[in-house]
Amino acid sequence: MADKIATRVSYGNALKDLAEQYPDLVVLDADLAGATQTGIFKKAYPDRFFDCGIAECNLMGVSAGLAAVGKIPFASTFAMFAAGRAFEQVRNSIAYPHLNVKIGATHAGISVGEDGASHQCLEDLALMRELPGMVVMNPADDTEARWAVKAALDHEGPVYIRFGRAAVPVVYSPDTKFEIGKGSILREGKDVTIVATGILVAAALEAAEKLAADGIDAEVINICTIKPLDEDIILKSAAKTGKVVTAEEHFITGGLGSAVAEVLSEKLPTKMARIGVRDRFGESGSAAALIKKYGLDGDGVYASVKEFLA
Amino acid sequence: MNNLELQKTANEVRKGIIIGTHAAGAGHPGGSLSAADIFTYLYFEEMNIDPQNPKDPDRDRFVLSKGHTAPGLYSAMANRGYFPVEELETLRKVGSRLQGHPSMQYLPGLDMSSGSLGQGISAACGMALGGKLDNKDFRVYTLLGDGEIEEGQVWEAAMFAAAKKLDNLVVIVDNNNLQIDGTIEEVNSPYPIDKKFEAFNFHVININGNDFDDLRKAFAEAKATKGVPTAIIAKTVKGKGVSFMENQVGWHGKAPNDEQFAIAMEDLAKIDKALEAQA
Repeated sequence: MADKIATRVSYGNALKDLAEQYPDLVVLDADLAGATQTGIFKKAYPDRFFDCGIAECNLMGVSAGLAAVGKIPFASTFAMFAAGRAFEQVRNSIAYPHLNVKIGATHAGISVGEDGASHQCLEDLALMRELPGMVVMNPADDTEARWAVKAALDHEGPVYIRFGRAAVPVVYSPDTKFEIGKGSILREGKDVTIVATGILVAAALEAAEKLAADGIDAEVINICTIKPLDEDIILKSAAKTGKVVTAEEHFITGGLGSAVAEVLSEKLPTKMARIGVRDRFGESGSAAALIKKYGLDGDGVYASVKEFLA
Repeated sequence: MNNLELQKTANEVRKGIIIGTHAAGAGHPGGSLSAADIFTYLYFEEMNIDPQNPKDPDRDRFVLSKGHTAPGLYSAMANRGYFPVEELETLRKVGSRLQGHPSMQYLPGLDMSSGSLGQGISAACGMALGGKLDNKDFRVYTLLGDGEIEEGQVWEAAMFAAAKKLDNLVVIVDNNNLQIDGTIEEVNSPYPIDKKFEAFNFHVININGNDFDDLRKAFAEAKATKGVPTAIIAKTVKGKGVSFMENQVGWHGKAPNDEQFAIAMEDLAKIDKALEAQA
């Protein structure tokens, strides 16, 4: 795997790179432009950047109004405040009127690190997945993150995109083709399916290599679009392997694990396990140390899959 | 329109409020009636709108931040020609375009969905900002309840509007002094309302919101105000025009029964007669 880059940086770069092509694109932040990396866009297009200050509820409402008059706003703040604090504004001012607002939520998950549990949002995918008409994406690397920003611009309607703080390996080559609502098979296998999203994709690939050394042939699927979910790719793989493990930097309830369990339990009941954070808040520490502690690195995924197969 | 024509129109708007809420057996007549003159002035005199072309990108925008008074907005829109007045009787019924709170997905001509208090003013700020970005001349109006301004988001939006110099934005506060649990002082007083908006760097105008001379002057003054947004604090009478509803907190969210409906329509017919006598 090549260089590492945080998807929040990919986000800021993509916004800047797409600004010429999409003249209606505007970017809003809530006093976190330096952290969310919308500052990259702000520097290049200061007239199309609006700082709402520390007022996330108003940030979402202003974005709704901009969309109502034809702009394509990206509303940016940490996932905790985008999906959490401003949940009801996202629901009633953006999702209910189905306005063309894109929510760029950074610093999601436990890899926020040292700031601790108050800022480690582990429930955003669950919250956003509940909203009718909301597209929910969780890119795995730089390539997918940049694509997700463009895909959101081309999609008419509200989109939530989750970006991370920590640098993560680049999994995809720059010319990879993606599609909203379509997962991708990164490694074919026949013994067990690992369905991963976000930073767990690289961890799942690493785990698959370790499993191979043990004679276990794991299939690794990346699900970037949590909603709408690519049911076909999951059902086909589950039919082949008969065993499914989900892996996400999120509570095991409500996110990818739940989404996959919903599909399988209705259409193809399959033995499964969910890797994620289990009914507890996060804590302070370096991103790497926390990812290891919570079993979300390659070793952690490997151990969980081995336990599941035992 | 001259004041007499506006008063007659406002009385028709009030009849529509009573007809709609009576037919629905639910809804919010009190705050719809208090704001009926404001709705009328905006839709018949102030705003640059065309019911035949509700998506015109250059039209003025209106956001009913106090979305529960949808019966008042719907009645003004119907009387203005957005849809048949008869449709007001479908208010709040299954399949109706007239949802309990305004939904732009259902009814053409609505510029924003609203109803969760405190949110409409933020959307209005976004619209005003969008207009500025595109160098458009349209203006954005938003109507808030006086109880609604207890929501913190209202002040986030107010800070934003002044900081971004949204002089194409007019915030109107329907100060009828009553909210569900009592008078606004009893519940959690937002007074002094004018001083608060002044402190947030708005141009503030205090008026009688049930007086068309006052409304005319205030909106002209707002239009002439440059560099800062305007807040019009409109002192009104909740339930205005219907004798037994005036200043009665109990008529915030209750529909008239058949007997009360008859009395209310008689009250409004009397107003018609009085206005005819003036002509």
